[in-house]
Amino acid sequence: MNILVLLRMVPDVVEELEIAPDGRTLDTEYLRMIVNESDDHALEQALILKERKGGKVTVLALDAPDVDDVLFSAVAKGADRVMKIEGGDGGVTTRAAAGMFAEIIRNEKDLQPFDIVLTGVQAIDDLDALVAPILSHRLGLPYLAIVTKVTPDATGKSVTAIREFAGGVRGEFDVPLPAVLGIQAAEKPPRYVPVAKVRAAMKTSKIESIGVPTMADGGQPLLDVSHMRKPVVSGHAQMLDGEPEDVSKKLAGIFTERGLL
Amino acid sequence: MSGNIWIVAEQWRGKLSEITFESLALGREVADGLGVKLQAVLLGHDVQNLSTSLGMADSVIYVDHTELADPGASAQASALAQLVRQQKPRTVIVPLTNVSLGTGTLLGEQVGAPVVNFCKDLRAADGHIVADCVLYGGKIEATVTPRGDLTVIGLWPGSRPPDKGRSDRNPPVETQTVTFADQPSVKLRSYIEPDASDVDITQQDVLVAVGRGIQSQENVALAEELAASLGGAVCGSRPVIDQGWLPLSRQVGKSGLNVKPKLYLALGISGAPEHLEGMKDAPLIVAVNSDPDAPIFNVAHYGVVADAMDMIPTLKETVLALRG
Ligand SMILES: Cc1cc2nc3c(=O)[nH]c(=O)nc-3n(C[C@H](O)[C@H](O)[C@H](O)COP(=O)(O)OP(=O)(O)OC[C@H]3O[C@@H](n4cnc5c(N)ncnc54)[C@H](O)[C@@H]3O)c2cc1C
Ligand SMILES: Nc1ncnc2c1ncn2[C@@H]1O[C@H](COP(=O)(O)O)[C@@H](O)[C@H]1O
Repeated sequence: MNILVLLRMVPDVVEELEIAPDGRTLDTEYLRMIVNESDDHALEQALILKERKGGKVTVLALDAPDVDDVLFSAVAKGADRVMKIEGGDGGVTTRAAAGMFAEIIRNEKDLQPFDIVLTGVQAIDDLDALVAPILSHRLGLPYLAIVTKVTPDATGKSVTAIREFAGGVRGEFDVPLPAVLGIQAAEKPPRYVPVAKVRAAMKTSKIESIGVPTMADGGQPLLDVSHMRKPVVSGHAQMLDGEPEDVSKKLAGIFTERGLL
Repeated sequence: MSGNIWIVAEQWRGKLSEITFESLALGREVADGLGVKLQAVLLGHDVQNLSTSLGMADSVIYVDHTELADPGASAQASALAQLVRQQKPRTVIVPLTNVSLGTGTLLGEQVGAPVVNFCKDLRAADGHIVADCVLYGGKIEATVTPRGDLTVIGLWPGSRPPDKGRSDRNPPVETQTVTFADQPSVKLRSYIEPDASDVDITQQDVLVAVGRGIQSQENVALAEELAASLGGAVCGSRPVIDQGWLPLSRQVGKSGLNVKPKLYLALGISGAPEHLEGMKDAPLIVAVNSDPDAPIFNVAHYGVVADAMDMIPTLKETVLALRG
């Protein structure tokens, strides 16, 4: 199987996020960028497919801080090719990014023929739409979201995919190939790769560079962000301070009051 | 241009979802604010009877087609795009649920309209719409104005109480037809129902919920002891389930279950919108998180900034001592 995986760098939200002086964007100075969580699952699912069916995994990403580390770690995990789209001005919207990927996948002859494009289901900063559906539309391919397992069928012309609905209900889908899938979770947790292997990958492999494509629609943003802010903590939570023992006593008191103990 | 506000009525397996009523409540406010009509769009197969519950809208546009029988973003978006081109609404509100995910983006793409994703609130201001969006796992909010005559809004669950969107009125129904191109597409073979043999977390008075902050399977076992001391069960956020530390039947949130225990004790859970969706209505929420900025504190009633692993054993001992 010929599998394309899209990876995206997003701010690590476990860190403190600051708004830039313009009031409309995040302050990037202290941002720690990590790969979007579901993309890591998309890569894992791709590697699992390759292990089962053979083939090739190609990873594509837009240039972003620390993206090289992520691409080399993809190689260390088993990706065959890693490509970086360079020369953009960085601050592209999701929609523009999706448009770029569509152009590249359509026009880079050596990416063809492919069987499947895997993206993460959603990124935490997608203010203006999702990548996978746009890609599917521009490439004229079937699309399925919130996928948690992909199994190749005997014919090689389709896959069976499990998609999540609500309430713990899932659906089993027949997906004709080629297709675009938004991966929520791989069928097993993403593999761990030791730093030494990533270092080795840095020495033995290279990141291919692709220029930013010209976009038919100009890739202009369709939304104006007037301001960003941290949510006003509505004073909702009453914070309990102290040593674990004191806090435990306070909590036990609250539980008793509520008739829970 | 009709310039109306549309909400897409989400129906799944023959029933209207709660978000349909939330969207109706919100859509009503916006339509009234702009002085235009509110229309509900109902897509499906053999579900016209559901239109009687959509009376908060001024009218219902109903499309019946076998291609619309099962949920699927591509068919839904294609049907909506055809209706939008004919009737020219100004805003189409699409639910951001697991059933409808992708529909809004595809619709925006097909009709060339901006899509506002992750919207939690919407209002009319000077004849325009302005949206408040939740980004970065709940840590940042953005106020957004879309450009152009038509906007697609992806609406988070929980924007309005669903009861505000219910009405006894029987709305007029306009039936429309659409066509579908003969293209390869995904097909639902069957549903997989959740495992019913495990503890039913929707029936528990006390839930101890663990998130990624719990760090290891061994610590999940400690949380289980705490839950047992409180006479409850353990549940978790998505990463804990994805790691295989708890079964899918214990997942709370958008893809998992909606729970409303008397006590929800969240340990090492950040409070992403997808998680909050499943537990925000619990009457007593206590959160323990090492990050003072964790969004879970915006919905919790009591918060503790601490290492969950310090709290678990102490709290268990305190509770056990009290219980004697
Ligand atoms: C379509 C879709 C559906 C989804 N459905 C669901 C769903 O059903 N349920 C769900 O939960 N999520 C769902 N998600 C995922 C959701 O977006 C979040 O990624 C997820 O809820 C985060 O889980 P978490 O809070 O455990 O992890 P994180 O966001 O990583 O948070 C971990 C928290 O632990 C804290 N922490 C770390 N160490 C400690 C410590 N020692 N002591 C105390 N605190 C600590 C950190 O400060 C952080 O706040 C869905 C996402 C998508 C895109
Ligand atoms: N700028 C980007 N670079 C690489 N991949 C991206 C980019 N934007 C989106 N993607 C891919 O699409 C997925 C879903 O993102 P989105 O649809 O933007 O929520 C991401 O998790 C990536 O797999």
